[in-house]
Amino acid sequence: MSSLYEQLGGDKAVDAAVDIFYRKVLADDRVNGFFDDTDMERQAAKQKAFLTMAFGGPHNYSGRDMREGHKRLVERGLDDSHVDTIIELLGESLRELNVPDELIAQVAAIAESTRNDVLNR
Amino acid sequence: MANILYAGTEYAVSAGASVLETLEEAGHEIPNACRNGVCQSCLMRARSGHVPSAAQTGLKDTLKAQGYFLACQCRPDDDLDVALAGDDVLGETPVQLVGVDMLNPSVMRIRLAPEDGFSYRRGQFINLVRVDGLRRSYSLAGCDDAGSDILELHVRHLPGGEMSDWLRSQAALGEAMRIQGPHGSCFYVPGKPEQPMLLIGTGTGLAPLHGIVCDALASGHTGPVHLYHGARSKTDLYLVDELRALAERFPNLEYRPCVLEGDAGGTCTVGKVDDIGFGSHPDLKGWRSYFCGAPELVNRMRKRAYLAGAALSDIYADAFLPAGGGIA
Repeated sequence: MSSLYEQLGGDKAVDAAVDIFYRKVLADDRVNGFFDDTDMERQAAKQKAFLTMAFGGPHNYSGRDMREGHKRLVERGLDDSHVDTIIELLGESLRELNVPDELIAQVAAIAESTRNDVLNR
Repeated sequence: MANILYAGTEYAVSAGASVLETLEEAGHEIPNACRNGVCQSCLMRARSGHVPSAAQTGLKDTLKAQGYFLACQCRPDDDLDVALAGDDVLGETPVQLVGVDMLNPSVMRIRLAPEDGFSYRRGQFINLVRVDGLRRSYSLAGCDDAGSDILELHVRHLPGGEMSDWLRSQAALGEAMRIQGPHGSCFYVPGKPEQPMLLIGTGTGLAPLHGIVCDALASGHTGPVHLYHGARSKTDLYLVDELRALAERFPNLEYRPCVLEGDAGGTCTVGKVDDIGFGSHPDLKGWRSYFCGAPELVNRMRKRAYLAGAALSDIYADAFLPAGGGIA
């Protein structure tokens, strides 16, 4: 039985998803303020790493990494609504890629599991 | 077994170990996060030695060309001289000031003769250092086919600007200076000769773009090349005739000077250069683009190009930060 990551299509699927997801994020005024980073490519690379994790793919992130990575943003006002928006945009991106709903649900669940770490709670 | 040189010390890399593991074992703190070749936190640069291509997966072509790599993925076969991506590892080259002339009432063309060979790619920038240590960043310009060694910079004379004031009124020909670099990833890499290109710049942002256009055309680029130069008014434009002549010579080059104010008399387009450029080419899927000039505008243009469908790897930018020699 193949893993979620394999079912989704592995690294290629992540690349396709980042392409759509990162554009949505940058175009969405609810969250794009947190992505004012001048280095768009490094930011996209982080998105790719995040999506790899959310797809159940290989990664080495710990809860502590997520906490530290978002600490500055929490100080700037990052809250539940922003996490909600990201998960929403992630779902939309996967729907655009014709990913079946039950796989989207699994991805959303993994993303959801990082909520408290991301929000430094 | 390969060795890596880092911060003045040589370390042997054990079989199968990565540069990241080797340096961490030696007690160094190397930024990293995913340790999987994706997040690029462990970006480093090899000043010398051949980097295995597996260590460059996902990096932009201009970064690959400059020897950048991911430390967590790099298992070298060759000896490498490495440094963190953010560290200034390039030395200084002595140069002589050999020419200062005005391209318009406020932009100077500065010509420098390097003492030894200085290699760079058009579109990169250098830090120009005066003998007392004053330093400013300027892009390398010029379109010299003859391959002369003379380096060309376009410097805007800012009233009260320490370096530009001095260059304009006090620097003498023959003045000894130094340059440090080259820096930057805003240059032309051949390989996709039919790819449409969009280049938008303001003020002296024309300097790197002009060089990039020349490199592209010289390497036989056949795809359409659209160059937009924005300035406040007609007197702030420069190299207009040269670019028009270039566009005559190369039918795939379109050059559009744009001004914010003044009656252009039909020779220029009036309006904001980014609106004009993006307005003329709303779908940038498959395009390569270069943006140079004022930082806020450049960052807006990068985002705009991405949202217009351009791939991140095909967007190149150099934001000109004001005095202090900031690196984009």
